Amino acid sequence: MLTFTVRRLLYGIVLLFVIVTLAYLLLYAAAGNVGRTILGPTATQATVALKNQQLGLNSPLISRYFSWLGHALTGNFGSSWFTNQPVTTAIITRLQVTLTLVLGAVIVSAVVSAGLGVWAALRGGWVDRVIQVFSVLGFAIPGFLIALFLVRIFALGLHWFKPTGYVPLTYYFGGWIRTVTLPVIALSIGLVAGVAQQVRSSVIDSLRQDWVRTLRSRGISERSVLFKHVLRNAGGPALSVLALSFVGLLGGAVIIEQIFGIPGLGQIAVLATSQGDVPLVMGLVVAIGVLVIVVNLAVDLLQGFLNPKARIS
Amino acid sequence: MSEAAVSSGALAPDISSDIRAARSHLARRFLKNPIGITALAVLVLIVLAAIFAPLLTSYNPNGVSVLNILQGPGAGHLLGTDGAGRDVWARLLFGARYTLAGALLATVVAAILGITSGLIAGYYGKWFEAASSWVTTLLMALPGIVVLLAARAVLGPSLWSVMVIFGVLLAPAFYRLVYAAVSGVRNELFVDAARVSGVSDFRIIARHILTVVRAPIILQASIVFGIAIAVQVGLDFLGFGDQTIPTWGNILNDGFTNLYRDPQLVIWPGLAIVITGVALTLFANALRDELEHSARPSRRRRAAVATAAAVTATAEPVPPVSSTTIVHEEPDTAAEAPLLHIEGLAVGYPQPDGSVTRVVDDVSLNIRRGEVHGLIGESGSGKTQTAWSVLGLLPSGGEILEGSIRFDGEDLSKVPSAKMQDIRGGRIAYIPQEPMSNLDPSFTIGSQLTEPMRIKLGVSKSEAKAKALKLLGQVGIPSPERTFTSYPHELSGGMAQRVLIAGAVSCEPDLVIADEPTTALDVTIQAEILDLLRDLQQELGVTILIVTHNFGVVADLCDQVSVMQQGRIVETGPARSLFADPQHPYTRSLFDAILDESPARGAYAEVRP
Repeated sequence: MLTFTVRRLLYGIVLLFVIVTLAYLLLYAAAGNVGRTILGPTATQATVALKNQQLGLNSPLISRYFSWLGHALTGNFGSSWFTNQPVTTAIITRLQVTLTLVLGAVIVSAVVSAGLGVWAALRGGWVDRVIQVFSVLGFAIPGFLIALFLVRIFALGLHWFKPTGYVPLTYYFGGWIRTVTLPVIALSIGLVAGVAQQVRSSVIDSLRQDWVRTLRSRGISERSVLFKHVLRNAGGPALSVLALSFVGLLGGAVIIEQIFGIPGLGQIAVLATSQGDVPLVMGLVVAIGVLVIVVNLAVDLLQGFLNPKARIS
Repeated sequence: MSEAAVSSGALAPDISSDIRAARSHLARRFLKNPIGITALAVLVLIVLAAIFAPLLTSYNPNGVSVLNILQGPGAGHLLGTDGAGRDVWARLLFGARYTLAGALLATVVAAILGITSGLIAGYYGKWFEAASSWVTTLLMALPGIVVLLAARAVLGPSLWSVMVIFGVLLAPAFYRLVYAAVSGVRNELFVDAARVSGVSDFRIIARHILTVVRAPIILQASIVFGIAIAVQVGLDFLGFGDQTIPTWGNILNDGFTNLYRDPQLVIWPGLAIVITGVALTLFANALRDELEHSARPSRRRRAAVATAAAVTATAEPVPPVSSTTIVHEEPDTAAEAPLLHIEGLAVGYPQPDGSVTRVVDDVSLNIRRGEVHGLIGESGSGKTQTAWSVLGLLPSGGEILEGSIRFDGEDLSKVPSAKMQDIRGGRIAYIPQEPMSNLDPSFTIGSQLTEPMRIKLGVSKSEAKAKALKLLGQVGIPSPERTFTSYPHELSGGMAQRVLIAGAVSCEPDLVIADEPTTALDVTIQAEILDLLRDLQQELGVTILIVTHNFGVVADLCDQVSVMQQGRIVETGPARSLFADPQHPYTRSLFDAILDESPARGAYAEVRP
């Protein structure tokens, strides 16, 4: 298990290294005259040249890359070209917000889809059909469109929640709930549709296994058969779907944060890419890469917990 | 739609298996699927509307008119005008052209890249396989939207370049599908045969391999297409697209900015997106249903069909079933009330057409305390169904039609399910046929052994553990401690069967029902398990009903035998007299059959004294 974890971790680090290198070279190759971009068309030729020199853009790309990499390994990703804010600070404050949304969506989706999936699998009939229809709609309608309707109804219409903005949890719980509920729902719906389907089919599949009959033959209660044994066995595939959705969820958060005016990674991604703020974009690439690696590793460990066979492979 | 749905490959594993058989009928059956055909019709309508847009409206989609800003739906403009006075209906129609063409571009790029690399990696393997699986992991670790935003910063706001890049990002969806299917058939006989007979690789791929994955590719394409629309609309909606062309996302964006002045402007593009998305999803679902349907019939139906087939169409040399049972009388019969008394039992599976397939018919059995009773017959004769009826564990759909099952004076066919749950495990226990599939793979042996004991015997966790360890030793497991903490996959079949036997006797039952307990095991292990069962029976004095198709097992273990054929008992009596003088032709044919099959042990003909 330990060697497996270490191997996965090393693999992730190599992957991250490749992504970061490609991103760095491509972004700088396409960046053009950086000093001119920052200072605008009115700046004189001399100040632009000076700016470029200050940013160290006159040395060759490869040597700049290695110097950046060296600093990055110590946690120093430079500063934003436009705000001069250190990239690390900018990203860490916003990462917390985005993680709140994404993890909130993962937890909500896991709970709701486990409930719906089991319900559909056991009850069949109209319950199953209604949940199937819901799944199709949740899968087919883009999350941001759902977000628009949620804002229209619950924020602008009923005033239950705030249409925009974000209040940190540490600041005021009520405000936090009023700002994160709608974005989390909007992020979750597509995920619930997919995961509930998976739970449903895994539960149906598990219930057909021979060991279910044997458990029943031992006089184990239906509740224990279902919630202890079947659900644990059905958990693995559902977890895989959930884990694979994580990357998509980060992408979804970009759009959802725009709609709800939430100062998360998405907002910074939009800003940095549209301005061409390369140090900030590189910081984002690293942050998202690390996040994906950590999540994949956590999922592997969880998979091993759920499925003993996964522990040896 | 979330892009993760594709990368999850939720569809891939099921589809790749065994589609060949049914593909010829797939298209025809799909056209009979009402949901699928409706969804397809809607999609065709949308595409036609996009193609013939100029015929459906006379307005220029980009025709700005300051005089006609935000006019509601009405005579002049079907759906009104937007914030710049442009006709919404015209913008939607022409928008469909851009939106659909963009999504198509992404899908085509993804399909070409994914299918080509999947074919090469799957068919030739080697270094290309390693490299492409690496690239796939890499692409799947990238959040699409962020990459697209970055690409836009570099390339400028162009619908086409964004969609090409998104196509590259989505290529793994096709790659994984094609790769799985191709590496599955690569070494199949029909591909080998083609290769040997000198068919070129190119033709093999085109003829034998592409046809296998054709339908799943269409399915995957419709999903990718939907995702491309969603992402493209999302970017345009945020204002990152090319604002000069009327895409659905730009129309939505305009509606959103005028949300307070004219809320209905959001509705129309929203509806267009939702209808297209739902139609694509339903189309894909219907296609997948038909694919899975053709790949494997539902298990229950298959089982029932198999049983029914076995009941109705047994091999020809078998003599016809007689309605009476030949009984070998014994001197001390009816001395005491039997522990299990089955009378006129009939079990059936109602079919969708209203008929009932009877798998057990008018079965009567008497099992006395302490005896080992063999229920013998070939596969499909209804012996397992009889055993399951006693346990109250018939598969879903099966039911007891007639008769009674009296266990210690109580009719099990009538007791409520809560009571039956008490009886199961505690008084009647079960040893299954297939040891490896009858242990829950996710729990340790110890946990599975102690759970019933704690319920049935009400013992503490440590007592249950002590008892489980003792039982494991008793059933001949060499190191009980280690097995206790093992998972099922760490055991051999023989060990697993010993664990299941330990589990069956753990709560001191009166009756153990063993369903072919040795069939799935190696011949040497079979003998050991039979020894174990006999020892346990003598030690515990438990009554055993053993279901088998093997006279060797009967000879080895049983006091009484009942022979079952086509859902009926044809002959019953003490093992010794039945062996000495088989009356029924079916019993005799079973004896003859032993000569063809490997016996459970050498001395099968030697009946217990």
